[in-house]
Amino acid sequence: MVIDSRSFFSSYFSKNSKAAPLAVFRILFGLVMLFSISRFAYNGWIETLYLAPSFHFHYAGLAFIKVPGVYIYLIFAVCGLAALMISIGFKYRLASVVFFISFTYIELLDKTYYLNHYYFISIIGFLLIFLPAHSTYSIDAYKDDSIIREYIPKWTIDVIKLMLAIVYFYAGLAKLNPDWMFRAMPLAIWLPSKFNLPLLGSLMHETWMHYLFSWGGALYDLSIVFFLMWKPTRVFAFIMVVIFHLLTRILFPIGMFPYIMIFSTLIFFDANFHEKILAAISNILKLKPGVFQNDQAYQSSFLNLFTLPTLILFMIFQILFPLRSLAYPGSVYWTEQGYRFSWRVMLMEKTAYANFKIVNGENGKRFYVQNDDFLSPVQEKQMSTQPDFILAYGQYLGKHFTEQGHENVEVYVESYAALNGRKNQPFIDPKANLMKLDYRSLCKSHIIPLND
Amino acid sequence: MKFNKIVFASICLSLLFISCGDDEVNAGFSTDSFDRKEMLQNWADHIIIPSFESYVNSLVDLKSTNESFLLAPSTESLEVLRSAYINSYLSWQNVAFFDIGKAEEIGLRNFSNIYPTDEEAIIDNIETKNYNLELPSNYDTQGFPALDFLLFGTADSNEGILNFLQRENNSQYLSVLIDRLLKISDEVLEDWKNSYREIFISNDAASEIASVDKLVNDYLLYIEKYLRAGKIGIPAGVFSGNTLPGSVEAPYSAIYSKALCLKAFEAVQDFYSGISFESKLQLNSLESYVDYMIEKNHSEDLSAEIKNQWSYAVNKIDFISSNFGSQINEDNSKMLEVYDEIQKSVILLKVDMMQVLNIQVDYIDADGD
Repeated sequence: MVIDSRSFFSSYFSKNSKAAPLAVFRILFGLVMLFSISRFAYNGWIETLYLAPSFHFHYAGLAFIKVPGVYIYLIFAVCGLAALMISIGFKYRLASVVFFISFTYIELLDKTYYLNHYYFISIIGFLLIFLPAHSTYSIDAYKDDSIIREYIPKWTIDVIKLMLAIVYFYAGLAKLNPDWMFRAMPLAIWLPSKFNLPLLGSLMHETWMHYLFSWGGALYDLSIVFFLMWKPTRVFAFIMVVIFHLLTRILFPIGMFPYIMIFSTLIFFDANFHEKILAAISNILKLKPGVFQNDQAYQSSFLNLFTLPTLILFMIFQILFPLRSLAYPGSVYWTEQGYRFSWRVMLMEKTAYANFKIVNGENGKRFYVQNDDFLSPVQEKQMSTQPDFILAYGQYLGKHFTEQGHENVEVYVESYAALNGRKNQPFIDPKANLMKLDYRSLCKSHIIPLND
Repeated sequence: MKFNKIVFASICLSLLFISCGDDEVNAGFSTDSFDRKEMLQNWADHIIIPSFESYVNSLVDLKSTNESFLLAPSTESLEVLRSAYINSYLSWQNVAFFDIGKAEEIGLRNFSNIYPTDEEAIIDNIETKNYNLELPSNYDTQGFPALDFLLFGTADSNEGILNFLQRENNSQYLSVLIDRLLKISDEVLEDWKNSYREIFISNDAASEIASVDKLVNDYLLYIEKYLRAGKIGIPAGVFSGNTLPGSVEAPYSAIYSKALCLKAFEAVQDFYSGISFESKLQLNSLESYVDYMIEKNHSEDLSAEIKNQWSYAVNKIDFISSNFGSQINEDNSKMLEVYDEIQKSVILLKVDMMQVLNIQVDYIDADGD
């Protein structure tokens, strides 16, 4: 058995495949990223999300990653340029490193703006650094024959498919919770407000629609990758991908996510499908037919010795990391310990309100804080629903008022949250002085458990 | 390769969607069985427009009372003017949270009721005659708070105030302020009557620009910032640690702060329940909307809870002095109790009601997931 599996692995990792699917993925990924970054800038979000707020919510241990003032425009420009270079395959390795670093840097500036699809982009950006996605239909290969490879190791394409499988499957698993399955929450809250959609609008308040969408969504997420992998169902599955994601696009403000998933799933198609796309591009660009055909396979000792083990470890991490919420007590939706970076997408409706009280510990004099003096509306909304944000902001307030000359500053929060249509209930222990807590002690004993 | 064509068609379809803007999908298609258009119509025809009409009429009355006063100044005519003033100020409370359309565009609330007013700047304006009341820097030198100062706060005795108001520059400033209040509120009313009513009612979808979402957000903002904080919290020192009795509404006339607060509360409650301004009949409004949505998903009677919470707050207000300033100085804890009750209602509104109605608090221009 041991020998068998070893031979399976060695034969699997030595298998080759046409380079076309990865090239198409590279071209589309670069273009969508360029569009996405331009759209972000065009909407004025660099200003409103990064430059306007005076306070940012840092990731644990990453407080040194700060908004670099107006130079953030430069970082966005560099990131967009790198995306374009990835797409056309110009200085691909450099471009993919720059893209990964600049994009991830932007995402780490403020966890208020965490989105699962940004995390997905960072992961793909990281993978692309290592993958030979420029070995065909790239400027690099066009200018330098020695880069051209008609064939690349099959696993360099499969690793993208595996990543997509992880995203979908975990998103599906996360939906298998009582609220989603047996109360049709939060869709029962979200859908009725879409009453004015063409055609579907009049059905949006029907309870059976909420269950149809809930169960359908879970089933879709759990099964779509299998249907995409199996050739007889592939076209049907892709049509489902398009319908599903366009529907989510219509229903929810989720930005570029639907398009990223639609384009990404094309990678499941056969090489000859991708070659047709590339041929069409060649036609438009009036390239000589066969310019990228050399019957050569990508072989690199570096790829096998260093890259393969790195990516295997990386993918094992990707499989394990989303499961960490299992290690924490309480409902992950309530405490949000292990909620991020685990493909919980559009999964709950949480509304909350947090009112901070600054107390002089010596004489008991107190006053309340007006949150909009310090936070933008987005930040305030995110802050009030998540314990780690509440703690960070509370401690920031304590520091701020101490610097202002207040003495013996203690910070308390009166907070209430409503989850998935439940009535509001107390969230963080109002008797806990946030100045004296760290995140671990907050989670351990100062989040008031969800009363179901 | 028919399959490929299907795939290409799908991609093209996606591209088509990308090119659509984010606010495309809001044309007035069929809906569920709650009639939002009717609710908007009720708001416009039976609450907002009649409230503005009544308010503008009260200002017309204030203007003519002021003119009579100037022709024959006396302590008696001063009293008549003062009662016309407080009548308008009470009427203002009915329209204060309709910060939508023209009112939002011209900043009606900022020019009508920003307090505490700036005494020195008012005197300065009067003396130099060099001022532009349309500038934000002059928010706190006009509107009702400035009238309160001119009519009640310029001297210790009524005779002193009468003397002050008989000086031409002073009376001229008073008239300018009254004219301005009338002008801007009339502008808002005319806009409602001429065009905005139709725009407001036809915008019956659900989005950040839809009338329901926008007005509900305005309403909550008003309750939180102007009723809870402005009328009670800030003067009671909730946000500063020190009481600020000078920051109550109408501190110079002093005895009206409670009446103004109760009036504002009544307007807030009536709007929630959809009480028609003229007939006092109950129409479709937030209460029936919440009840309709509750029926689908929730068991608790949220409307009853909200209304109860408000009546607790009003009961607490009933027990305090009609002069908030002296109440703060004598026993501020009673003010803080009122604040706490209003605060509880804010949580019910901002957390529970907004979730039930699925309206976002403070529309956020960013992606979610």
